[in-house]
Amino acid sequence: MTEIALILYLLAGGLLFVIGFYGVWAPQELLRRILGLNIMGSGVFLVFIAIAAQTRDPIPDPVPHAMVLTGIVVSVCGTGLALALVARIYSMTRDESEERQQ
Amino acid sequence: MRRIWLLLFTIGLPLFLIAPALMKLPRSSPNLTAPSVEALPQSGVSNPVTAVLLNYRGYDTLLEVGVLLLVVIAVWSLQESRWRELDASEQRPLLMPFLRLIMPVLVLVSGYLLWIGSSRPGGAFQGGAMIGGAMVMLISAGLSRRFSTSERRVRAGLVVGLTVFMVASVTTLLWSGHILCYRQNSASSWILAIEVAAQISIGVTLGALFLGGRPRTLSPERPKLEVNRD
Repeated sequence: MTEIALILYLLAGGLLFVIGFYGVWAPQELLRRILGLNIMGSGVFLVFIAIAAQTRDPIPDPVPHAMVLTGIVVSVCGTGLALALVARIYSMTRDESEERQQ
Repeated sequence: MRRIWLLLFTIGLPLFLIAPALMKLPRSSPNLTAPSVEALPQSGVSNPVTAVLLNYRGYDTLLEVGVLLLVVIAVWSLQESRWRELDASEQRPLLMPFLRLIMPVLVLVSGYLLWIGSSRPGGAFQGGAMIGGAMVMLISAGLSRRFSTSERRVRAGLVVGLTVFMVASVTTLLWSGHILCYRQNSASSWILAIEVAAQISIGVTLGALFLGGRPRTLSPERPKLEVNRD
C-alpha cells in the first residue's frame, strides 16, 4: 500500500471514529447513540485493515483481518442487544405515560 | 453555544489526539504475515484468515461463539417477540413465490461461502450472515410463527456451534494437551465440522436477534399480546 493511500485510510478511520463519538454524545435519542457506537466501531475496523496492509509481503497480515471479522460479529450482537434494550425501555416508559394520562 | 462546545469536545479534541497518533504508527511494524503463511500447510486450510480464526487463534473464535449465545439468551429473556404472523389473506401475492424461489438459493450460497472459506475469502461468518439475512426476510414477510412452532429446533441451532466447538476443544485438549491444537492430518476435518456448526449457530443467532425477543408462546391460555399499540 502506498504512503498516501495508507494515510487516507488511517485518517478516514480516525474521522469515522470521532463522527461516531459525536453521535454517541450529542443526540438525545438512544437509537442514534447506538448508531454512533456502530460508526465508531467501523472507524476502528478501518484502521485495523489499513495496518494489516502495511507490510512488504504481497499478502496482507491475516491476523488483523481475523480480528476485524470477530469484531464485526461481536458488534452486530452488541447492537442487537442494545436495540432489544431500547425496545424494552420504550415499551415500559410509554406504558407509564399512558397510565398517567388516564 | 452548547453545540459549539459539544462539537469541539466530541470531534475537535479527539481528532486532534487521534490523528497524530495514527500518523506516528511505525511504517514497518512487526507483523505476523510470514509466520502465518509459513504454517499454512500444517493448518488444514489454505486461506490464512480462516487459519487464524479456526486454528492459530481458535480460542478467540470459541469465546466469540459463546458471546453470540449469551446475547440471544439476554435478548430472549428481556421480552417476547412482537413480530406478527400474517394470515394467508394478508400476504402479498408476489412475495411468497419470490421467497420460495430465493430461500433455497440463499441456503446454497451460504453453503458455497462456507466451503470456499478454506481457500479463498469466505467462511462461517459470511455464510452465517447469508442465513441470517434469509431469516430476516422470512420474519419481515410475516412468517415468524415458524420460530414458535419449531422452537426446539431453533434452540438446537443456537447451541450447536458452541457445543461442537467445545467438543473439539476438549478432544484436542485430551489428545495433544492444548486447547484447539489439532493434529495435522485431522485439522481440516475439525475445522470443517466447527465451521458448519458455527455457521448454523451464527445464522440462527442473527435471525433470533432480529426477532427482538423470545418466540411467542402459542398456548391458548396465555393472553394474546397487543401488537399494534399506536
